[in-house]
Amino acid sequence: MNLGQFLTIFISSVFIYNVILSRFLGLCSFIAISKETRPALAMSLAVMFVTTMSSLITWLIYRFLLVPFGLTYLRTISFILVIATFVQFVEMVIRKTSPPLYRFFGIYLPLITVNCAVLGVAVLNTDMFFVNGKAVPGSFYYSVFQGICVGLGYTLAMLLMSAIRERLDFCNVPKALKEFPLAFIIASIMSLSFMGFNGFKF
Amino acid sequence: MKTLVREFVKGIIKENPTFVLALGLCPTLAVSVSLSNGIGMGIAATFVLIGSNIIIALIKEMIPERIRIPCYIVVIATFVTITELTMKAYSPALDRALGIYVPLIVVNCIVLGRAEAFASKQSVLNSLFDGIGMGVGFTLALILISGIREFLGAGKLFGHVLIKGFEPAFVVGMPSGALLVIGLLLGFFNILKEKRQ
Repeated sequence: MNLGQFLTIFISSVFIYNVILSRFLGLCSFIAISKETRPALAMSLAVMFVTTMSSLITWLIYRFLLVPFGLTYLRTISFILVIATFVQFVEMVIRKTSPPLYRFFGIYLPLITVNCAVLGVAVLNTDMFFVNGKAVPGSFYYSVFQGICVGLGYTLAMLLMSAIRERLDFCNVPKALKEFPLAFIIASIMSLSFMGFNGFKF
Repeated sequence: MKTLVREFVKGIIKENPTFVLALGLCPTLAVSVSLSNGIGMGIAATFVLIGSNIIIALIKEMIPERIRIPCYIVVIATFVTITELTMKAYSPALDRALGIYVPLIVVNCIVLGRAEAFASKQSVLNSLFDGIGMGVGFTLALILISGIREFLGAGKLFGHVLIKGFEPAFVVGMPSGALLVIGLLLGFFNILKEKRQ
């Protein structure tokens, strides 16, 4: 485990391989909820929390259940079930303990279950930090950190996009491009600018 | 018979999952770098759609209302795992090219969407044809997008150079190009829809 690796994970998952603009995970929510800044922020924070926690939980499951018993082919099923259960659980806890927070997150939480970003980062962690069925040294910390960074990348793209789209409300756009098509074209330009980070070498 | 044909045909144009319903865009954009990847993804998703639609239509009466989504997800994940293992065994090159997007078929909104909106209410036969139609519609959309991207981005189709001396625009093969192509295609289909009305 070294600090350089953490920096690499940070730069690559926030900028170079941005979860939305380069890996296309969580694109549905990105297009659907980015019309205003406030809901976009709520969704992003919820996603960041869930990617972090699910990275942690799925790492533990993969390392201590699936790998020792030779069940790695159950990865997809077990991960998605655990994530779905976890999201439901969080929703219940928030509803009981903090009604204002529930109003803030409420409707976005269930959506996260089927957000590709969450399952994507869990699968990516096992692909990157397990070599031949063995955890590389420090892989637990790398996985959790990657979860946080993917959430950060999601937040960054989401905030930029929602700010741009709020401004676009005042513009006169061609009728055929209204809403979704224009959102994709904006995302394309954003992705183009994020490609500039590709040149970073470590 | 007539309803079966209707269920099949609607997924291809009228309710095309990609261009009309705008579902399942993550894999569409990510794997559409080359035609062969696009077709591979289309076939994999079609298999999962058909399988999960049949099973869910069969067991719809046994599933309690409140936990139906987790039940659907388990059924879908089973078929995705079958696809994953088959692909690893018989076409490792495709598996490497599609990477994490194969397990991610689980969270593809098309599959869960059809389970929730169609298979949970209709007969097995109708669901089967709905699955085939949606799968074919998805595959055709992928062929269109990946064909455009492979041709413009690499100057090739199926890895063969078509026009000698054609200078490809690499950006179309990049993630940014994927977003641009789908944005323009969606706009184009909007114009077509308006013209027809």
